[in-house]
Amino acid sequence: MAKYNLKINGKTRNVDVDPSTPMLWVLRDTLNMPGTKFGCGMAECGACTIHLDGNATRSCVLPVSAIGKSAITTIEGLSENGTHPVQKAWLEHDVAQCGYCQGGQIMSAAALLKSNPKPSDEDIDNAMSGNICRCGTYLRIKEAIKTAAKASKTK
Amino acid sequence: MENIKSQSRRDFLRSSALAGGGLMLSFSWFSSKAAEKAVELNLAEPVWSELAAYIKITPDNVIKILVPNPEFGQNVMTSLPMIVAEELDCDWKNVVVEMSTHDNVKYGMQFTGGSNSVRMYWKPLRNAGAAARQMLIDAAAQAWGVSASEITTKLGVLSHSSGKTAKYGEMAAKAATLAVPKDVKLKAPKDFSIVRNSKKNTEGLKVVTGKPLFGMDYRVDGMLIAMIQHPPAFGMKLKSFDPTATKKMPGIKDVFSFKLYDDGFEQAGFDTRTFNEMIAIVGNSTWEVMNARKKINAQWETAGDLKETVMGRGGKTEKVVPARLETTSSQFEMMAEYAKKPAQQLRKDGDPETAFKNAAQIIERTYNAPFLAHNCMEPMNFFAHVQDDKALVSGPIQAPGWMEPTLSKLLNLPADKIEIQMTRMGGGFGRRAYAQYAYEVARISQKMKAPIKLIYTREDDMTYGIYRPMYTATYRAALDVNKNLIGFHVIGGGIPENPIHANRFPAGAVDNYLAEGWEIPSNITIGAFRAPRSNFNAAAEQSFLDEVAQAMGKDPIAFRLDLLKRAKENPVGKNNDYDASRYIGVLELLKEKSGWGKPENAGKKRGVAAYFCHASYAGHVVDMVMRDGQPYVESVTSAVDCGVVVNPDAARNMVQGAVVDGIGQSFYGALTHKDGVAEQNNFHNYRMIRHNEAPKKIDVHFVENDIDPTGLGEPPFPPVFGAVANALFKTTGKRHYNQPFMSEVGRES
Repeated sequence: MAKYNLKINGKTRNVDVDPSTPMLWVLRDTLNMPGTKFGCGMAECGACTIHLDGNATRSCVLPVSAIGKSAITTIEGLSENGTHPVQKAWLEHDVAQCGYCQGGQIMSAAALLKSNPKPSDEDIDNAMSGNICRCGTYLRIKEAIKTAAKASKTK
Repeated sequence: MENIKSQSRRDFLRSSALAGGGLMLSFSWFSSKAAEKAVELNLAEPVWSELAAYIKITPDNVIKILVPNPEFGQNVMTSLPMIVAEELDCDWKNVVVEMSTHDNVKYGMQFTGGSNSVRMYWKPLRNAGAAARQMLIDAAAQAWGVSASEITTKLGVLSHSSGKTAKYGEMAAKAATLAVPKDVKLKAPKDFSIVRNSKKNTEGLKVVTGKPLFGMDYRVDGMLIAMIQHPPAFGMKLKSFDPTATKKMPGIKDVFSFKLYDDGFEQAGFDTRTFNEMIAIVGNSTWEVMNARKKINAQWETAGDLKETVMGRGGKTEKVVPARLETTSSQFEMMAEYAKKPAQQLRKDGDPETAFKNAAQIIERTYNAPFLAHNCMEPMNFFAHVQDDKALVSGPIQAPGWMEPTLSKLLNLPADKIEIQMTRMGGGFGRRAYAQYAYEVARISQKMKAPIKLIYTREDDMTYGIYRPMYTATYRAALDVNKNLIGFHVIGGGIPENPIHANRFPAGAVDNYLAEGWEIPSNITIGAFRAPRSNFNAAAEQSFLDEVAQAMGKDPIAFRLDLLKRAKENPVGKNNDYDASRYIGVLELLKEKSGWGKPENAGKKRGVAAYFCHASYAGHVVDMVMRDGQPYVESVTSAVDCGVVVNPDAARNMVQGAVVDGIGQSFYGALTHKDGVAEQNNFHNYRMIRHNEAPKKIDVHFVENDIDPTGLGEPPFPPVFGAVANALFKTTGKRHYNQPFMSEVGRES
């Protein structure tokens, strides 16, 4: 076990866990923040996507010992009350079916728009193809990302 | 308890209240800001007056509608309350939505599957809404001293010609004391104002903000985490194991083997038994349990033939599960052998033998498909807290009503001492109709005398599955010298299930028709997978019909319409499952909306298919392109007749999802075995359709009619396979008979 001070959603959180523990399980089990989902455990599905210093990162293969001073954002901290343009666009397009993957999809989309405010269809495919949606909501996700891109631009 | 701080006082009050009763997680259920505000103003625990089982109203006019069926993405948390609210005649803005408790007496079967939710609850929920409305009217009539017949309702307000008005909330307490009326008048479909008007997902905000909704998110104080080590191959069992090293790992509470069912246990139809004896690893946290599990030192051995007694819908059967370590290539060889043996006749019309003997041309094609894993995004999991005199279980489950009697037998507790809570499911697709994971955690909790959450890893989920069976079918068509279809024959089988629906199209449309089936038993466990059997039949039959139309020199839609016209006007045989008029309606809508046969679409590589299942009709036109030497579905036009469409935008979402799912499964889906071991165990080697492989456009059209709703979750799925196969032929110039199609396309190139 080892002690870590983690910067998560703008707050400092202290945890005492095995250094090999993936950030996913620190969030879910230790900190009771279950918005970040377990899907595959090998960075193949994207359900566990968080932001590490603003970059989309798969938390299921990211050991807590590798975090250092980096700032973590989770779906719970993306905005207060779901007001991030990507979250709003997701609601506008009523994207979700089962909803399990959508937190990860939103985190990938938010990171994409931060680095590329006007993504092409191809940019969206490239950035999002690591996130599986078993219900098949890919079209709506793409539409929602475009809506969010427009909303961010006009703001 | 840091999480409590971030909660509003209202959430806290609610979670406290719920925790006392059933340890439910602390999340609020509000569907609209107005309703949320209304409850917030009334900080004390709201006073709910219950009307007609599904409806509760506060004096402040907040209307809570209970949803009886578990949610797995079919959007029942929105569509079912819409049906109630329609007949209640209330303002949707005042509605809050809550998953009901499990109570089959009060709420009926509470089953999510078979595209049944809206279909099954359409009438009961309309009746409940209309009965509650009548009770509110009667209460107002008494309060105002007027005749009930003079009172009207609109948007949750009662009005009388004298000018008196009252909101529902004002009359709710009195109304709740009245008897629930039995014969209530329902609205005419033309008067619907909520149903048929798209409403946003009532849980959308919770989904996009990462609120704990799923079984995987369930948590109570003192809860331990469990995982299961199952045998490495179908056909193997535990020989012995040494828990010493595992028990010494940090955070581990116990490691033990357990039996799912006791010897001689009579299983119900959906009590699957992939492996009966397994090793449980129980500890404080998921990561600790995952690590400790790697230290398990277990020996496995080949299991012998297994006899089991199953009490299914067809009565009691004794099944023998053969001792074999199965391999996919030999399974296909075995199926090819079985296909030559005499099979069970399922339906015969006319004289097919003579028709084939006299045929000028016979077209014969064989279609194959592999096992498929459900791969729900949320891996299987469940919570249980079993005590001496009661038990609480909670998690993602499609069929709580089937689980209850089995749990009662397993735990030796009366059913009314077992509380079942239904969390939102991260997908189901049929997989969660089989509650073995809930039985497993109940067994583990019983042994540990502690609250336990069982988690499957993705590898567990994929290698220890309840798969879509392997299927094969051979179709034969007899044509006379004038290229008329004079005979049709299908013989199908599978491991371990025969796929054939003998009374479906084109049965009823061909004078001489024969359908036969056979089955090969297996120790690989199978179960329902989105549109069971149909998902294979539609692929095979619809691509075969395409090829027959080609041989006859007919347009594929015109050919189907000709056959359906025959089935409508002068049907062959009895017991045809489908309504030919609705089938024709869907094909005609599809033809119109896709611009089928129009000059502007002449250059497109198009495939068409339509299918009937779960009482609905669906068809697709798929346009395919080649990019970088690979085929992709570029755009899709879909037509569906599912009767009244309750929530149109969500229904479109469902159809779009079914299209993407169908493309993915037909192109890439396969679960294969070598010596009983699943050869795919995670998403790096089980290919799922991804963003860049999805179509750019899916236009969905519904046939407009006033027929009571029929299924929607499954019907659009099966015809995708056929339409993809037919478009693939146009794109590559070759017919593809074996799924997944991309494995063949890969071999050719």
